[in-house]
Amino acid sequence: MQRAQAAWLPCGRRLHLHHGPIDMILGIDGTGRDAAFRRAARRFDTLLDELVAELPRLRAPHGPRPEGETARIMAKATAPFAPEFITLMAAVAGAGAETILRAICAGPGIRRAYVNNGGDIAFHLAHGERFDAAIASAPSGLIRIHAADPVRGIATSGQGGRSHSLGIADSVTVLAHSAAQADAAATLIANAVDLPGHPAITRHPAREIAAESDLGERLVTTAIGPLTQAEIARALEAGRARAATFRRKGLIVAAHLTLQGTSITEGPLPQLQKEDLPHA
Amino acid sequence: MSERRVRPEEKIRCDACPVMCYIAEGQVGACDRYANEGGRIVRCDPLTILDRRLEQGGEIRPFLASEWDGQMLGGEDLFVSGVGSGTTYPDYKPAPFIVSREVEGADFITVVTEAIFSYCGVKVKIDTDRHLGHEAATVRCEGEAIGHVTTSEYGSQMLSLGGVEHLTGGSKSEGRVTCDALLRLCNREAVELTIDEGATVVVQAGAAPIVDGQREERMRVGCGSATIGMFAAQWQGLVDEVVVVDDHITGVVSEHQAGKVLGWPDTGIRIKGRRSTPGRYFQVAEPGRGWGGTDIEDPLTILNPWLAKKGAHPGLTLLMVSTTGEQWGYYVLDDDLVPRKAELPEALRPSVDLISENCEPALCTVMFQAGAGGSLRSGVTKNPVALTRSVQALKTRVTCGGAPAYVWPGGGITLMVDVTQMPDGSFGYVPTPALVAPLEFTLSHADYRALGGHDAQVRTVADILEKGGEYGAALRAVGTRKEQG
Repeated sequence: MQRAQAAWLPCGRRLHLHHGPIDMILGIDGTGRDAAFRRAARRFDTLLDELVAELPRLRAPHGPRPEGETARIMAKATAPFAPEFITLMAAVAGAGAETILRAICAGPGIRRAYVNNGGDIAFHLAHGERFDAAIASAPSGLIRIHAADPVRGIATSGQGGRSHSLGIADSVTVLAHSAAQADAAATLIANAVDLPGHPAITRHPAREIAAESDLGERLVTTAIGPLTQAEIARALEAGRARAATFRRKGLIVAAHLTLQGTSITEGPLPQLQKEDLPHA
Repeated sequence: MSERRVRPEEKIRCDACPVMCYIAEGQVGACDRYANEGGRIVRCDPLTILDRRLEQGGEIRPFLASEWDGQMLGGEDLFVSGVGSGTTYPDYKPAPFIVSREVEGADFITVVTEAIFSYCGVKVKIDTDRHLGHEAATVRCEGEAIGHVTTSEYGSQMLSLGGVEHLTGGSKSEGRVTCDALLRLCNREAVELTIDEGATVVVQAGAAPIVDGQREERMRVGCGSATIGMFAAQWQGLVDEVVVVDDHITGVVSEHQAGKVLGWPDTGIRIKGRRSTPGRYFQVAEPGRGWGGTDIEDPLTILNPWLAKKGAHPGLTLLMVSTTGEQWGYYVLDDDLVPRKAELPEALRPSVDLISENCEPALCTVMFQAGAGGSLRSGVTKNPVALTRSVQALKTRVTCGGAPAYVWPGGGITLMVDVTQMPDGSFGYVPTPALVAPLEFTLSHADYRALGGHDAQVRTVADILEKGGEYGAALRAVGTRKEQG
């Protein structure tokens, strides 16, 4: 069986942590950088094993309070969304990122740090620092988050990712106070972007696609045909309404939803002007 | 694309990581990396070894270092392909595999990588005379513009799909759909395309095109004029007039040079359309899906009234046939010189059959075309332009998944490769969106050193089989599809 692996990315500045289904990219700035990377790698070594130890509980809709650090972050992040169907797994990526970020920040000299766990990002900003993040579907492509902003987590859910969606959104990106909360909210908002019963949407029971999916027999979207602009607007609006509810409850800061080339935003998205991004 | 093969029985446990997923046949684990393929856990994207001794298109078998008996390394027989080798982008570091192997005594280097092609697309050749759409008409997939109709070729319609304008120059959705369509075409899946003001065509590399729900069986034997030239002598004495209906040039045997040299008498036939040279007519009808790539359903509609003073007479016989021999009709002029449909005489049947017999099977050909420029080259050598020059000087052979690639003359490394020659599942994508394709540069060790290669990174084939690469140790062996040139 493979053990957790850590490798520098070609730039030599970012660390790639890999174990089983987990791939994290870490970036750290500050005088405490080297020690922080070591703490992160050490913490990562047992992360997956801890989750696996409680996996049946994490995949179940109800159950006792979980034990592990990451599992508890998952439980805390998903609880406010009850009674809507959600298992703790809805926050697993964001919570994993938070666990590693905690390890990074458990020492001095960290100006900025981020843990990108497959698109679900937890980050730390010391006073006066800022992050620019690329959001693939946003009109400008870039958002800027300052230390003074309440956002410390970004997560994206939708089609094309590794997990399955009950909805049809290409992507839903959520900005929230924590990565785990953003992760859970993005999952639920993406589920809400939907056109129930539409003939162009193909769905299959989740268990037919992945035998152990926590979604069980629920129908997950496997293909989406072309939709009219009116249908796209209707589906996006359903998701935006869900996002607005979450925002009123203080669960998220902003959400950006995309479906077949059309986007809609709920809340303040701190966008930057479009810049020419290099490509080959 | 909606039909995912689903057979939930026979779950097996993957032990690649602590999650220990139960994976059903045909499914992948939570990681998307390991799958249950025929009751065995396999890595989805193993490094692919081409074994020329396996049967053509031979079965894929797992290639584990522990099973390797050390006997397989016979020079030319093994070739490490770029499939599954992994990649980085931009390419700051040496390519994942730089392989040294002995070829006919010379120490050859193969630089193996999976290249991310931002500039890439496919040229699709569709063997059909049917009108698919006007030149430069937009080609769509799932409603998104992904390319256009380009200059048609002899007996084939051509599409140019993908490219940077559609991948990254349009909307996000356009880029996503374009990337997905290219990926499926390159991996030899069937893709439905619609052409603005034209046809809907299902394209699959190596398979017959399906135009508006109709499967194309054969290419035309030649244009109408060429068909007259080929078969005039066989019709002589059996029928008074032959018209070969074709979208490009419709031929009339009595007026055509081929008939004239046989002393074919005039018949008083008059064809609508623009006469080019005697017996050859352009634009007898609009392009369409009827006879010979025209919109003709009833061929008599291209005829004007017959002229008695030029030779028309009651009882005169007429054969009209399309350039594929798929459509034909036999007519006899009545007392008013109006053609009436009649039974095809047995004596003429072989000539119609001969036309269809001479038509080759209609196929779709998908050529992947891409530019291996930019930073990719620095994965091969520290001085990128040296690689370009070496390729252009034919010192470095370029292959994609072991299939020979044609490299365009002129600047850069613009390559073209037939996707049917590549191993199954050779192509992948990144969300840029751009395609990922295997790419190998093969050159002599001496030349490699001379062009500033990453000599310290060179490994032997045996070492790679034993230890794998940075992105995993799984290997698979497949047979090459065709003898390598």
